[in-house]
Amino acid sequence: MYLLWIELSRVGTMFNFMTEKAIKEAGKVIEKPLVQMIQIKKTFSGIPANDCVDFTLKEGSVHGLLGENGAGKTTLMNILFGLYEPDSGKVLIKGEPVKIHSPLDAMNLKIGMVHQHFMLVKTLTVTENIMLGIKSTRTPFLDTRMIRNRIIELSGKYGLDIDPDAKIWQLSVGQQQRVEILTAIFKGADILILDEPTAVLTPGESEDLFSILRELRNSGIGIILISHKLEEILAIADEVTILRNGVKTGETLVTPSTTKQELTRMMVGRDVLFNFTGKDVNIGKECLSLDHLCAIDDRGVQVLQDVSFSIKDGEILGLAGVDGNGQKELCQILTGLRKTTGGTIHLYDQDLLTMTPKQCIDNKIFHIPEDRQKSGLIMDWDVQKNLILKNYDSKSISGRFCLSEQRIGEQADTMIQEYNIKTPGREEVVKKLSGGNQQKIILAREMEGDPELLIASHPTRGLDIGAMEYVRQRILDQKANGAAILLVSADLEEIFQLSDRIAVIYNGRIMGIVSPDAGISKIGMLMAGIMETENVGVDA
Amino acid sequence: MSNNLYIDFMISLLAGTIRISIPILLPALGQIYTQRSGILNLGVEGIMIIGALSGFVGAFFTGSLWFGVFSAVVAGLLFSLIMGFLSITIKANQVIAGTALTILGTSLASFLYRVIFGIRKLPPIIDSFPSLNFLGLSKIPVIGPIFFNHNILVYLALFLVFFTWFVLEKTTFGLKVKAVGEFPRAADSKGIRVGLIRYICVAIGGMYAGLGGAFMSIGYMDTYMDHMIAGRGFIAVSVVIFSRWDPKRALFAALLFGGANVLQMRLQSIGVNIPNQFLLALPYVLTILVLVGVSKKVAFPSAFTIPYSRNSK
Repeated sequence: MYLLWIELSRVGTMFNFMTEKAIKEAGKVIEKPLVQMIQIKKTFSGIPANDCVDFTLKEGSVHGLLGENGAGKTTLMNILFGLYEPDSGKVLIKGEPVKIHSPLDAMNLKIGMVHQHFMLVKTLTVTENIMLGIKSTRTPFLDTRMIRNRIIELSGKYGLDIDPDAKIWQLSVGQQQRVEILTAIFKGADILILDEPTAVLTPGESEDLFSILRELRNSGIGIILISHKLEEILAIADEVTILRNGVKTGETLVTPSTTKQELTRMMVGRDVLFNFTGKDVNIGKECLSLDHLCAIDDRGVQVLQDVSFSIKDGEILGLAGVDGNGQKELCQILTGLRKTTGGTIHLYDQDLLTMTPKQCIDNKIFHIPEDRQKSGLIMDWDVQKNLILKNYDSKSISGRFCLSEQRIGEQADTMIQEYNIKTPGREEVVKKLSGGNQQKIILAREMEGDPELLIASHPTRGLDIGAMEYVRQRILDQKANGAAILLVSADLEEIFQLSDRIAVIYNGRIMGIVSPDAGISKIGMLMAGIMETENVGVDA
Repeated sequence: MSNNLYIDFMISLLAGTIRISIPILLPALGQIYTQRSGILNLGVEGIMIIGALSGFVGAFFTGSLWFGVFSAVVAGLLFSLIMGFLSITIKANQVIAGTALTILGTSLASFLYRVIFGIRKLPPIIDSFPSLNFLGLSKIPVIGPIFFNHNILVYLALFLVFFTWFVLEKTTFGLKVKAVGEFPRAADSKGIRVGLIRYICVAIGGMYAGLGGAFMSIGYMDTYMDHMIAGRGFIAVSVVIFSRWDPKRALFAALLFGGANVLQMRLQSIGVNIPNQFLLALPYVLTILVLVGVSKKVAFPSAFTIPYSRNSK
């Protein structure tokens, strides 16, 4: 397999030396691809996001664009879609060289894009959102009725099931995604780019999406699927291009004999085993127990309803669920940041509900927040100050009256070493570090001082595989130390790897608490809110 | 107070309410476009005073009131482009840019007035827009003087309420404005030129504000004075928020503020036993109360006051 990779990179290098003319001729001899991107280069403030990347999409195929976070997949596609301009390189659409300066240019070339973060205006209806990108036949007036009818027609044809009059904020994430797909088809796109489309979907919704994509491919549309999930690429892609650190590291057909290992090696540059130690730990007495917890969110909507579960010392409870089903609010409650409307929470035999955030910390409830840039770190501060955010009042870092610069520095240096934080120094501004190293700062801060209860919220979101491995191992280390751990994650693989038990949350309710042996399809159903009539084994 | 006097008082109160709400309504309607597109233009006050001066100068030297209106609208447009440049092209802080524009407008107008007219004993005056009488409709008792005895600009402003609503709700431009203010990146990804739409909205806001200023100098009064706008631009901004960016509600909000203004004037003139300072403060106190009460609940456009840059992640 390794040989194949070398072979592929050599082909890639040869391609680099071909003259432009030769490329054009080659394009004529072979069937004209829908998209050809040649030697694309793009740097952001000095850091190359794409370095001489080539990419080819054929008609009627699903082409996976695989790579870790930060590998440059999205940048490459944003260039194709006209959101960024490349520093150098060429783009050919159906054999014709083109300059794409804006999304409008891209759309005129029949390129449609479904972004990871949906490009929908939440306060407008489906019809209005679609009209935004289309020239009205009655300009300057809107042709609402005609567009509306066409939406109904197209929605039926591809099985999208969309209500044209619904406001976007009323729709589920899966539905919003289908609106995005519809928007692209509506404009007659024959090149469709999807950026991490399943990141926000339940396994069931992903299956629906894949069947829609197959339908579209069969009608001749070329689909580019940006992803870092190997299973997904293997399940639906016909071909795959792999990027690592902004450089193309491979391109191959996806056949039934294609293996995960093969793709991983091209993606990461080495084998990743996910071999963790410390899973077998004696589970101790009950640490955290929630009983019929209810809460409302900022808008006054009920977000948590009768949530009951418990976690014991040395146990990891995985909380699986699609984002936005109450996980965020639950974490806020457990760290003293949000009030409840009913129910009780106990940490051992203390009432947690009356605790302030400070008291939660004093009781050793530590928290890895879901958004490290917003609530985990102060991005404009340096590493050492971020490391003392939580224990700023500890004797260990102060002199008699003031903070001791020297002790803070010493402590920071120790932590930087212990947690292997790659930084030019303890006085580097956190903003300038990579996502993985930012997360390590949070880990260092939150794991120092042996937590009783660790709330890890999406601890590996946006990290590359190496950092992911590291973070997961650290969490298991805490388990070995006897901490009770609540692991909130939308990544089912992570949940399965680490958890002793898995609770599934949907619409603010715990749908069931099951053992990891229950299997992914069972969890997937619970995540979609489907509860079987038989007893699912809730052991609250 | 005798019955007759009471009726006269009410008529003059209501007719005055309509008239004096216009210079609040006009800039407010314009700001609905501007704010819907995501820009807070606190320079309205300055644009209005520039409009008031341009309208007066235009009318004074050509003898044509309509030319005055035209100059005010053009001056408002040009002056608002400064705001557009600062907030859209340079991406400056909008509160600071707007405040600076108001200070600039106020002092520039005052300076230009002295340059153009010099120091005079009596201020120059013009014949302002006459009241229409709608073929005698204005002679209908009570209703006539309240509704049918205003100048043409009043009816133009009322028409603009409908016009603004229509543009925002029924045209492609209106849809684009709303998208740009809510989620500029989405609008951009759909091929809408965010910067251009915002410039147009700031410019429309400037034209409406210029017209509102001209209403003060050549519609409501017949001369220009330095402090004649007296915070109406700022009140207009709060009217927009109070009305939740809806032209129809803006009309009612403007009437409310206009009413408070007229009430304090009429109460002063009939000599009510309240210190006049309190009465003078009435409209402004109302503004503060309304904003405190409403601002927590209203849903501002999501991209309000946030400059858009395509390349920032």
